[in-house]
Amino acid sequence: MNRRLLLVSVASATLFAAASAARAAEPIRIGSFLSVTGPASFLGDPEKRTLELYVGKINAAGGVLGRKLELVVYDDGGDANNARTFATRLVESDKVVAVVGGTTTATTMAAVPVLEEAQIPFISLAGGIEIVEPVKPFTFKTPHTDKMACEKIFADVKKRGLSKVGLVSSTAGFGASMRNQCLKVAAAHGIEIVADERYAPGDTDTTPQLNKIKGSGAQVIVNADFGQGPAIVTRNVKQLGLELPLYQSHGVASKSFIDLAGPAAEGVRLPAAAMLVAEQLPDDDPQKKVVLDYKTTYESTQNQPVSTFGGHAYDGLMLLVRAIEKAGSTDGVKIRDALRATKGFVGTGGIVNMSATDHMGLDLSAFRMLEIRGGTWKLLY
Amino acid sequence: MSPGTRTKLVVLGALGLALVLVPFLLPSAFHLRVAALVWINATAALGLALLMGLAGQVSLGHAGFFGIGAYATALGPKHLGLDPLLSMLLGVAAAAGLALLVGRPILRLKGHYLAVATLGLGILVHLVLVSEVAITGGPDGVQVPRLVLFGWRVAGPEVWYAITGIVLLLAAWIALNLEDSSTGRALRALHDSEIAASVAGVDVARHKLVVFVIAAVYAATAGGLLALFNRFVTPDVAGFLRSIELVTMVVIGGMGSILGAVVGAALLTVLPQALTLFHDYEHAVLGLLIILFMVFLRQGIVPGLAGLLVRRRPA
Amino acid sequence: MAELVQLLFAGLTTGAVYALVALGFTLIFQASEVVNFAQGEFVMLGGMVTVFAYQAGLPLPLAALLAVLVAVATGVLLHRLAIEPAKGATVVTLIIVTIGASILIRGLAQLVFDKQFHALPAFSGDAPLRLLGAAILPQSLWVLGGAAAIVFGLWLFMERTLLGKAVRATAANRLAAELVGIDTRLVLALAFAVSAAIGAVGGILVTPITLTSYAVGTLLALKGFAAAMLGGIGNPVGAVAGGLLLGLLEAFAAGWISSTYKDGVAFLVILLVLFALPHGLLGRRAVERV
Repeated sequence: MNRRLLLVSVASATLFAAASAARAAEPIRIGSFLSVTGPASFLGDPEKRTLELYVGKINAAGGVLGRKLELVVYDDGGDANNARTFATRLVESDKVVAVVGGTTTATTMAAVPVLEEAQIPFISLAGGIEIVEPVKPFTFKTPHTDKMACEKIFADVKKRGLSKVGLVSSTAGFGASMRNQCLKVAAAHGIEIVADERYAPGDTDTTPQLNKIKGSGAQVIVNADFGQGPAIVTRNVKQLGLELPLYQSHGVASKSFIDLAGPAAEGVRLPAAAMLVAEQLPDDDPQKKVVLDYKTTYESTQNQPVSTFGGHAYDGLMLLVRAIEKAGSTDGVKIRDALRATKGFVGTGGIVNMSATDHMGLDLSAFRMLEIRGGTWKLLY
Repeated sequence: MSPGTRTKLVVLGALGLALVLVPFLLPSAFHLRVAALVWINATAALGLALLMGLAGQVSLGHAGFFGIGAYATALGPKHLGLDPLLSMLLGVAAAAGLALLVGRPILRLKGHYLAVATLGLGILVHLVLVSEVAITGGPDGVQVPRLVLFGWRVAGPEVWYAITGIVLLLAAWIALNLEDSSTGRALRALHDSEIAASVAGVDVARHKLVVFVIAAVYAATAGGLLALFNRFVTPDVAGFLRSIELVTMVVIGGMGSILGAVVGAALLTVLPQALTLFHDYEHAVLGLLIILFMVFLRQGIVPGLAGLLVRRRPA
Repeated sequence: MAELVQLLFAGLTTGAVYALVALGFTLIFQASEVVNFAQGEFVMLGGMVTVFAYQAGLPLPLAALLAVLVAVATGVLLHRLAIEPAKGATVVTLIIVTIGASILIRGLAQLVFDKQFHALPAFSGDAPLRLLGAAILPQSLWVLGGAAAIVFGLWLFMERTLLGKAVRATAANRLAAELVGIDTRLVLALAFAVSAAIGAVGGILVTPITLTSYAVGTLLALKGFAAAMLGGIGNPVGAVAGGLLLGLLEAFAAGWISSTYKDGVAFLVILLVLFALPHGLLGRRAVERV
């Protein structure tokens, strides 16, 4: 243990030395707070890896405005109170120029007041629609909203000539938020929610819930959750022999879902960003180059399959870098104005067109409908 | 001056001095914020310290009361148009009411059975906060309006530092008086042996209930303060891990000690900030430190260090 | 009928894991009065080590054996490096030590392994068996059978072996046990080792159904503790009964009452049981000596 402590202190001393050397060249400090551990580590971990990876790459290529980037990342463990403290720390102690982070809607919303007050541009990586509606002057986000996922799924259900949906969701942040949105937009899409079952995060069996859906007359099942839950639901659906089409959300958009759910994942549909089907995109698809590049870079350096969550972090960082370059300055208001003026930015999540009233800049076209076939993603449309 | 009064003055003096001196040592508003969080956590831990130290009862669901205070402060203005401060007071009253209601049957249980019953209580509160999305906002949390006192917008870490510090000082003063009161003496007797105390004519159940309610009031007050300070709450504040954290604060600081609760709260609030230095090793180091503290200062930091000092002194 | 059987098996499978965790709690509690909140981490280690050893190319039985050994080593180290040095501290202090240990083990696991979820292949296929209209996974039978075998083995050990009798003697009266020459330190170390092994086996058996990650231990410790208390702590039969009952409560509450409040229903029942029976379902009434 002593040796490890020594190693850590040597490492931090070197880091410190590196930091003071860099100060001479005035690096641009970018802050981040992510849920690297805790229930959302599934999302936060690839986000952190992506930010570190690409800040390194950008610096190797000469930095931004001739200056190096310096990344300060904190792990909020998924706790909103921690997120707020770290946001304050980024503003007060680390004096960052901008923040790319906020893995969950709760951690994001806890930090928003701090960053808004300090007039620091903040690009969130969380899905909740309340992050950008109503629009807050300095707050942006890169992922699609849960509402869009519901709409995309319901449109596909209607296309199949079906309308009765059995909803099963986790009571944790992502699942609860998407369930809400789905309940809200169902009627407008001619969808009837005939069952609304829930399970707690960490639950290892959902057959009681699915059994109820079985008896509810549902024609399709929609599952809103990320991480382990969807894999268990998918396996349970198969176990119970429910012959109903199963929809998952963009929350499962990583290869590990297919590994975890195994053969039961066959035929599952989900709305997701283009990343998972990078190779299948037609050559004239504007996103093809971006997503293929990111995918190759990530998988070759991290030794784990790419997920769309890391992609959100990539989009956030690139949007910010672009805005700083366009603003030609690290002034918060100028960066914000440049972010707002983003037009035609091609990211892993879609093509981003922001405005003063739209701080996300994605539309439904950013979502692709995928189906799992033969143990891999198949692009439907 | 009686020994009781002397202890009281020493503890309050030490605490007051810390409150006044700490801001001069802190370089930025961020550090002030962490200090304010320490005072808030210390207030909650203090109540629990009374329950554990004085009455010898463990609660593994104390964050439930914390959550009630926090959510009342958030939801009163949102749904009923009430003033945030009034909502907070109502929340404290609600927590006290709940403690009073469930206190009798729960406190009949002993040791680990009491622990699991309070654990269940905390989980029920947390579950309601997570599930009743239409009222509580669910896991995504809910905003809290800014506190306005007679037209003065309460804002800024300095102001909150002062408010939370004064509340803690007040809480410590009440706790010290309680320890010194007839209830305190009765409870100490009860801690030593419940049966002996009841044979001696002490109304065991009533005294335990009093401390349980006071502990709930402290937690709910702290919860309300956190909500007003952060202006945002999530169900995490009422979660199981938060309850465990509060118990750890009390034990690590020193179970029978009021200063101990403050030191324990300071340690567990500041450590995660300091440990960010270790990056990925953060959690492993935190776990290791908790073990080391408990092995080497098993009575807790404050009584443990005091014991060391006394032993050093030549007899 | 089909629904009843379905819920019954769902509850029993989940409950069997709770029962194994509760059994681990009980063993250590009997020997030392320590409530070991790191008990869930043994289940995590069982699953995670097996997954990683299996991925590294070890055959499944060998990977499982390795996992049990790692868990046992962790249990013995926990006793040797944390519980033993804190000997004589109050019960609450020892509980905090075990909480610190669980944070440490989890913190190391996220470094040694990773933060992703992992699965194991089912031992005898994924094709569900049909029983009275319900669909049951063969792995569920593995879990139930494995849990039953562990309980039976433990009973044999406790009743029929000298070492087992020493454990029971220590549990009944530590001082008296020491007086008749039982090395109570060894007994305590043994209790940690056996608890760790039980947890690890549970983790290996359920991972094909429930998946695993570095963080699964916390929730299991919480549920296992509740189960142990429901049954009455210190009583192995109570631990098993409490575990199964908690699993069944959750399944039937989810199926028949409200899936949102199923955990609430389970804890409400625990509260009511304790109000009526302050020492759990099968707990002994301890007499306080004045």
